[in-house]
Amino acid sequence: MSEIAILKIWRGPDKTAGCFESYEVPYEPGQSVLDGLRWIRVHKDPTLAFRYSCINANACKECMMEIDGETIYACTTRLEPRNMTVEPLGNKKLVRDLVTEIAPPQERLRQK
Amino acid sequence: MIEPLLANTDVLVIGSGAAGMYAAIEAARSGCQVMLIDRSLIGRGGATVMAQMTVAVALGSQAPDHWSHHYHDTLMAGRGLCNESLARLLCEEGPACIEEMDTWGVGWARKDGRITAAFAPGHDRPRCVYVDFLKTGPAVSKTLRSVVNKTTGISRSGDLCIVDLTKSDGVVTGAVAWHVSSGAPVVISAKATIVATGGLTRLYRRNSGSANMGGDGYAICLRAGAPLIDMEFVQFFPIGHLAPRLIGMDPIMWDPFRYKLGGRLLNGRMEEFTQNYGVPEDGRYIITRDVGTYAILKEVEASRGSPHGGAYLSFQHCSEAALREAFGPVIDRLAKNHIDLTKMPIEVAPIAHYHMGGVAANAHMETEVPGLLVAGEAVGGANGANRLSGNAITEALVFGRQAGRTAAARVKAMRTSVPPDARETLDLLRGEERKDMPNTAEMLEALQAIMADDVGPLRTQTKLERALSRIDQIDAALGARPFGVAAPFDLTRLDWLDLRNMVMVARVVAQAALLRTESRGAHQREDLPGMLPEWRVNQVVRLKDGCIEISRMPAAPIEVAAQ
Repeated sequence: MSEIAILKIWRGPDKTAGCFESYEVPYEPGQSVLDGLRWIRVHKDPTLAFRYSCINANACKECMMEIDGETIYACTTRLEPRNMTVEPLGNKKLVRDLVTEIAPPQERLRQK
Repeated sequence: MIEPLLANTDVLVIGSGAAGMYAAIEAARSGCQVMLIDRSLIGRGGATVMAQMTVAVALGSQAPDHWSHHYHDTLMAGRGLCNESLARLLCEEGPACIEEMDTWGVGWARKDGRITAAFAPGHDRPRCVYVDFLKTGPAVSKTLRSVVNKTTGISRSGDLCIVDLTKSDGVVTGAVAWHVSSGAPVVISAKATIVATGGLTRLYRRNSGSANMGGDGYAICLRAGAPLIDMEFVQFFPIGHLAPRLIGMDPIMWDPFRYKLGGRLLNGRMEEFTQNYGVPEDGRYIITRDVGTYAILKEVEASRGSPHGGAYLSFQHCSEAALREAFGPVIDRLAKNHIDLTKMPIEVAPIAHYHMGGVAANAHMETEVPGLLVAGEAVGGANGANRLSGNAITEALVFGRQAGRTAAARVKAMRTSVPPDARETLDLLRGEERKDMPNTAEMLEALQAIMADDVGPLRTQTKLERALSRIDQIDAALGARPFGVAAPFDLTRLDWLDLRNMVMVARVVAQAALLRTESRGAHQREDLPGMLPEWRVNQVVRLKDGCIEISRMPAAPIEVAAQ
């Protein structure tokens, strides 16, 4: 039987209204957690929100989140065939699911 | 409906890669108020940050060089289709931009105090500056971002996805954006608008760009009435990483290794093969991107590919010390991925990398539509049918600076701005009924598969016609009203807005490829091999009543630069 990774992911629009949901992802050696999150959007739920631009090059630095309690990039963390907990950054304002407000304040939209 | 937010500026710059940031700096230091926006974060996405090494420029710092030699090589690589005024601007003004980047502290690699230049395929001499190790793109992005931060007059906002440009009386007056992190529409009024959104690599399954480059700039310009040019020419980078699977590494990372150490390209039988396609390499790195891509795909087709469907690239003839000297910490990152280059080859295969086509512009970066300028990869024509290694960052810097300059001159000559007419776009964003199916992420993958399988480097009439009919099916499933809702980070809505543009651009690429009944540079028709003299024309794409129209324009006569 092929192995699976179980990603337990925080879903919700703010830290008081939401819950963890678990997703089973087919495991292939060499995948990153970001690969797993992208697989979930295509095969399970396109509304799962997370940031990334450069896919897997660790150049854009947008996919920082908390994986098993550690603050780390999803693109440099290996997916493993076990339960993994994925949460948004705890010290940033939550936008939705795994997306937080990570841009410096002067690089955000301000209303005139 | 969330009420639209309103913003007002002299110059709106869309996209914050090297072209957009240089444009913003140049316009601001000419006295303009600039609004620099990006659909991701400022200065992090796009193609610039992904560049690994080379920036082509005739600095003459190590050995004598002159911009006219660089120009000559650019025209030759372009297989007779370059827009000469754009190619000339790139080569002639490249040195000034590279030197200014140097004064801003980008950190070009040096030896004995002089900026070092690497030799890259297609160049007649070493001409490519870089930042070690594999840091050119991140260093260029970071440097420009810090100059942008220090320049008075530039306001910055990430998470703004442009939906459409606004027009009044034939003039572009700004744009309507969707603010991704709040879900609100934003109407931006501007006296000049610069589109610096990069290329279309996201249309392909395997690509070396960022996930935010799906040709959106081409689509918004086309809808605003600006023609596109050379859209059939998509550059594939021949040696994109294929296997074993890596994490935290850019797929085009092997290019710098080849610049510095040569390396051997081998087929599945561990035999060198590029000599069978007219280019004996003998351990050097001289094969151009179009020929390299063709050679590897032909070996795979003849069942002589590597196990994952590409070719082997071997550095096994290099000592550990030589590898360490050339690549320092990168060797440790490879070790973490269980790769020891002294013991094993890796597998590589062509990967979508860059778009030669783009928005038609003159050497001032003006499009046919007043108020609308373009910069960087969004501009079509400078590189003809095939781009020379190292010209992308140079064009981003040079064209960005030029667009900023032209925009500032326009702003100075204008008394008042025209209020944007945003009704139609705001109405599009008004769709309130939530719709999450069909799955937009799945549709996006399906489109990438169509493009990779049937509109890739090797094309036939059958494949292109099949692609066009499948693109029609995706278009029908997409419909005319957006999916998702106007909520913070609703990726379903963002995907729908992206797919609207991607479907249009995919169709343009496939139609232009179907019409070009010859093979030239990056466009290889297996059913129509060989370059034909009557096809020394650029194809020009316009939108008329919602339909794509493609016409032909004779390419400029080849005027070979002074030797």
